[in-house]
Amino acid sequence: MELLAILFGAIFINNFVLTRFLGICPFLGVSKKVETSVGMSAAVTFVMVMAAIITWLIQEYILFPLDLGYLRTVAFILVISSLVQFVETVMRKVAPTLYEGLGIFLPLITTNCAILGMAILNIDEGYNILESIVHSIGAAVGFAIALIILAGIRERLELEDTHKLYHGAAVAMIVAGIVSVAFQGFQGMI
Amino acid sequence: MSMAKEFSKGIIKDQPVLRLLLGLCPALGVTGTATNGFGMGMAATFVLLCASIVISLLRSVIPKSVRVPCFIVIIATFVTIVDMTMNAFLPELHDALGIFIPLIVVNCLILGRAEAFFSRNPLHTSIADALGMGAGFALALTILGAIREILGAGTIFGVVITPEAFEPFGVFATPPGAFIGLGFMLAGMNYISKKLKLD
Repeated sequence: MELLAILFGAIFINNFVLTRFLGICPFLGVSKKVETSVGMSAAVTFVMVMAAIITWLIQEYILFPLDLGYLRTVAFILVISSLVQFVETVMRKVAPTLYEGLGIFLPLITTNCAILGMAILNIDEGYNILESIVHSIGAAVGFAIALIILAGIRERLELEDTHKLYHGAAVAMIVAGIVSVAFQGFQGMI
Repeated sequence: MSMAKEFSKGIIKDQPVLRLLLGLCPALGVTGTATNGFGMGMAATFVLLCASIVISLLRSVIPKSVRVPCFIVIIATFVTIVDMTMNAFLPELHDALGIFIPLIVVNCLILGRAEAFFSRNPLHTSIADALGMGAGFALALTILGAIREILGAGTIFGVVITPEAFEPFGVFATPPGAFIGLGFMLAGMNYISKKLKLD
């Protein structure tokens, strides 16, 4: 029950993109087409879950016992960037088709603040390993939902006659605001 | 290019938030009030300045193939310093900015400037660029914060400025207000760019 609350909380109530404002850069950058946003979401989900496990273990067994809490930011970002590099290398060998699909999105993930944000939130909220994994899955699904919804809307918007000043990012922001209003409706769910 | 030009390009021509669309996460996340926006701007400026000094001095030492991890470690060091200093001296602001302070590490503005400018230019122009970009970032965040604070709560920097009859639009204090506010600011910036013939 607790786990379900964390899962749905991360997907709808505290949606990473629309409520917590994490991962806005890929949200704007790759949300022009549904196809690319599905690829990006898959890559993020994969790295997110791996990062949740590894950062949790590092915090619990290295940083916490040695009283090195202040190195958290440095340690986590190094772990995430090497993890992304590692995933990229392994995937190229083991699953070349998947690599070709996700390939271009992988390097972008290092600077996706949703990943580091999720890792830090797990520690701040005091989640155990299972809760951290569930939270990371919720975060990734929430990211995917927001990205795909916006991509769907933006594909249609491209064909609409928007005012010159609002073309591109400006209208995407306003649309994101309206989608975010819809997500506010989930506030009372849990 | 002169130092003054390097500095001033960060404010209008290469305005980081409104024209380059960099650093949008903190721009949306912490601009509930003008004070928070300004505080975030200052924190990012400090990290930019320190990173510009260290990276431009080390630019011939850092090997090309591992430059991004090197930049990230340098940036993360200064972010940790900001995090701890702010926690000690400005605990209220630290709480308000929350998770966005450690996330300065992955702010694409700082990493982007490190890659595109600090690692290729001498110390003095790098410092001018860092200060200009920092000022532009802080300016954009403060303006967005001020707009949201005035419309959402009727105050600016915590001081009540609207008449009593004014009913605040609660939506501007909530996440949708951030997106919508920034959307209109981007449109405004497009108008200014067109008037000044920047493109």
